[in-house]
Parts: sequence; structure tokens; C-alpha cells
Amino acid sequence: MIARAAGALAVAALVALPPLLPKYHLEVLISVLFWAYLGIAWNLLGGYAGQFSFGHAAFFGIGAYTSTLLLLQVGLTPWVGMVLGGALAAAFGLFEGYLSFRYGLKGPYFSLVTLAFAEMLRVVGVNTKAVGSSLGLVVPSTRAAPEMFMFSGKLPYYYIILAMGALALALTWKIGRSRLGFSLAAVRENEDAAETAGVDALATKLRAMALSSFLTALGGTFYAQYFAYIDPTISFGPGVSIGALLPAIVGGAGTVLGPVLGSFVLTPLSELTRYVLRGRAGADIMLYGAILVLVISFLPQGIVGLVRERRARAGRR
Amino acid sequence: MTGGLLLQAVVSGLLLGGVYGLVASGLSLIFGVLRIINFAHGAVMMLAMYTTYWLFALAGVDPYLSVILTAPLFFALGVVIQKVVIEPNRSAAEHNQLLLTLGLALFFENLALVLWQGDFRTVRVAYSNASFMIGEALVEVPRLVASGGAVLMAVGLFAFLRLTDVGKALRALAEEPEGAALVGINVARIRAAAFGLGSACVAVAGALITPFFYVAPDVAESFNIMAFVVVVLGGMGNFMGALAGGFIVGLAESLGAAFLPGSLKQLVVFMIFVLVLLFRPQGLFGGSRDR
Repeated sequence: MIARAAGALAVAALVALPPLLPKYHLEVLISVLFWAYLGIAWNLLGGYAGQFSFGHAAFFGIGAYTSTLLLLQVGLTPWVGMVLGGALAAAFGLFEGYLSFRYGLKGPYFSLVTLAFAEMLRVVGVNTKAVGSSLGLVVPSTRAAPEMFMFSGKLPYYYIILAMGALALALTWKIGRSRLGFSLAAVRENEDAAETAGVDALATKLRAMALSSFLTALGGTFYAQYFAYIDPTISFGPGVSIGALLPAIVGGAGTVLGPVLGSFVLTPLSELTRYVLRGRAGADIMLYGAILVLVISFLPQGIVGLVRERRARAGRR
Repeated sequence: MTGGLLLQAVVSGLLLGGVYGLVASGLSLIFGVLRIINFAHGAVMMLAMYTTYWLFALAGVDPYLSVILTAPLFFALGVVIQKVVIEPNRSAAEHNQLLLTLGLALFFENLALVLWQGDFRTVRVAYSNASFMIGEALVEVPRLVASGGAVLMAVGLFAFLRLTDVGKALRALAEEPEGAALVGINVARIRAAAFGLGSACVAVAGALITPFFYVAPDVAESFNIMAFVVVVLGGMGNFMGALAGGFIVGLAESLGAAFLPGSLKQLVVFMIFVLVLLFRPQGLFGGSRDR
């Protein structure tokens, strides 16, 4: 009951408060929601299906580059481009997933193969003049044109990423209660047993892969439109891959709210360290690395895991 | 493509390969015994390179001579990392340990950035530019020493693993962790030894390349990814395979550089990587199909 009231309050605050926020705070909040969104997308594959991707930048980059190239070359609105980018990323995800799962790659081997695919796309991007090579692509953003995913001010972008996050969260919640969700849990916990019970493990994992990569690509388009600039290292580099998995792991992998909680803790923390330690290049990320080690050490099951443990202990008393 | 260019590419590849092999042997040892992908391996290498640089810059210690100091120092660092950071989290999920090493890598790399900024530093010694010709191919002496030294060190490691009690315990743990514990091996201590030895290997590799390689906080990132490729190629936990894999990747990279424009040579390396992961995850040189 209390949890439900707190949740309703949080949602109301997220919808109503931002217009009142100063610019910097609004930017931080957009950042929080953006990483939460990528975490939600990663969580479908990494958390629910238990396939630890270390290369979600591949899908992010495909999304960002597809919509941006279509916008620059043929003037197609990113609203359509993002769906096409999502479809392309899902196709790439299915290709990557089919190869990996078909040949039984698990655990660290799967992580390495996803990392390798993202790195390959990065190298191709850096070496291809037609997609701007390492100079990257500048997205025109001088005028406000809502039909072209271009707005003046930050507030519209805030509501867009809020809506994307809410939809992705609703999808996750729905999947968790569906047949697919139960299949995913079965495959994650014990693939052989799941197969014996009649679950098609390959198809189950591929579904998670397709959904996860599709959603991640939409995040790529959002990034391109919001920051108006992409290059191969930003889009396909390990930064995005790590940024997508961390909120989910720290919040609680395989839980609905995990990535959101994780991002609400991690993103302001990294903004804060950057602000406090400004003028000393590297100090913020150094501290971030140390905090990461501490969080993983003391919250091995993430924030949601800690809450559950507390609750279970209180229940026994 | 002239024969001279081809020969040069082969020579360069072989000279690079030994260093890759030693870096990867260390990583493979850590993976074989601990079953974790160590993302901090390159950062340890970078710290060793700075240690070599400062010993040279402040005390005039020759980079090759400094190995006597860096090897035990980084063995100790590896033991501390394992005992303090990794070991307490042994029971946690596999990926948590991967993230711990990732956190360490971020920490070390940016510690170096804070302490010494991003400038490229170089160690200039009398023999830095020494070279000779084999046919039409140029052989730079420091690269030859680095590759040869790396191979010697790797061979020393194999001898250690074959002949000593600690080495046998390491191999036992890599092959059968539970059995190793049952026969009375102090597994926590051996795991610390594995991380220590792996770190000492990569530290020696770092020291050996400083006479011809710049030193900077992010210098070893590329070595880290390359070492993953080499380890997979040689077979995870197959130490001899890692050395051979080092030469294959070194050759693939320098031949790729000779034939392909820009940095597309990396694409060749990653494609080999993915193909091996998919079709021969036990590595090119057989071994148990354990995954």
C-alpha cells in the first residue's frame, strides 16, 4: 500500500515537476531517464533471458546511424527513421543471437562475441567515408520542427524519453507475466530442464534479443536527435554498452524496476562526481570506478535484491 | 604488393606476436584458474609501463633491467587485487566479477590520468633506434628484444606450471576446481597466485615494450582487447595456445595493415575472433570443449 502510494507520487512528480526545474537539473533528469531506458532495454536480454550482452552499442549505433543517415540523405523524418533503425537493429540482433545461441555460446563467451560485433561496427564506421568516418555526423537542429523530431528547448525531449521509458517498462512488466516471461525465467535458470519441459530455448532467447535490440536502437535515435551529433566511438564504443548494463545490474537484473532505480542512483552520482571533481580530468571516472567496485561488492543482487532480502528477513521475524 | 612489403609485414607481425603472446598468457592463466574475464589486465600493463618510465626518468634504470623490480611488484599487486576485491565476491554471479575488474580498470586508468595527465611519454635509450636488415625487411632491435624476451618469459611460465608444486596446483585448479580442493590444495592461495602471476606476465610485457612504445593512461586498452582475441584463439586457459595465438594475431594484424586501408586491419582480427568463438570455442589447438 505504502509502496503503491510512493509509486504514484513518483510518477506524478516525474510528469508535473520538470517544467519548474532549472536547465541543468532538467538535463540531469533527461540523462537519468535516458540511461534508465537503455537499462530497461538491456534488461530484457541481460536480466530476463540471462544473456549478458557486452555489446549493446551495436544496436544503439545502428539506430542512431539509420535514422540520422535517412534524415541527412533523403530527408526522412527520424520518427519513421527510428522505427526502421529499430527493425534493422532487431535483424542484426537476430543474426548475432542466432549465431551465438545456435553454437551454444554462454556466459563470458557470449559477452565477448557481442563485444566483438560492436567493435567490428565501430571499425567499419571509422573507416567508411559515406557515414562520416571518425568525424561523425552532425544532425541539423537549428529550427524547431516537431514533425522532424526537432524541438527548441529541452523539455520536449524530456517528455519523449519519459514516454519511451514508460512504454518500455510497461512492456517489460507485461512480458514478465506472459508465457514468454515464464519461458525466459525457465531458460535463464536451467536451459536443459526448460528444454525437457517443452520450452524452445533458442526461440525464447531470440525473442528477447529482438525486443532488446529494437528498443536499444530507438534510444540511439533519441540520442542523435537530442545531442545533434554522433560518431562511431560514441555510438558503437564500449561506453554505451557499459552504460546500458550498469543501471540494470546495480538496480537489479531481471526485475522490472531495477534499471530505473539503478539509473536514479548511478547517473546523478556520476554527474555529482563530475561536478565536484571538475578541472581534474579523470578524477570523476576514477571515483566512479571505485564506487562500481564497492556497489558490486556490497549489493551483489542490486538494489531490488537488497530490498527483497530485507523484506524476507522482516517477514521471518 | 611487392615481396619486400610482404616480408616486412611478416617480420613486424612476428615481432608484435611475442608480446601479444605474453600479455595473453597472463590473461589466460587468470581465466583458466579463476574463470573470470579480467578487464583490468590492460590497466595493469599500463601501470607497469608507467613504473618502467618513472624508474628510467627519475633513477635512470634501464627498461630491461627494471623488469627485476616490476615483476615482483606487480605479482604483489595481482595478489592484493585477488584477495581484496575478487575473492570476497567468489560466490556472486559470474558477471559481477567481470564488472569488478571493469571497475578496477576504470579506476587505474583514470588514476593514471589524474596523476600524470594524458601526455604521451617515451623512454629514449641508446638502443631505441637500433636496427638491422633481413633481406628487404627492417628489424628494429628493441622490438626483437621485446618479442624474444616475451617468449622466454612465457616459456619460463610454462616450465613453472609443469615443474613446480605451485604450478601443478595451478593446473589442477584450472582443470578440476572441486577435485583440487578435495586433495588438500589451498585453493584461495592458488587463486591469488594465479592473479599475481598473470599480472607479473603482463607487467613484464609492458616493461619490454617501453623502449619503442609511448606511455599514456589508455595505452593498453588495445592490448586488452587483443589479448581477449589471442586467449580465445589459443583456447581459454590453454597457456601454450595463448603464445601461439599471439603470433597468429600479430601476423593477421600486420598483414591486414599491409593490405587494407585505414584501421580496417582490426576488422580482420575481430572476424577471426568471432569465427573462432563460434566454431572452435575450445581454441585452435584442441583441448577440452569446456564452456
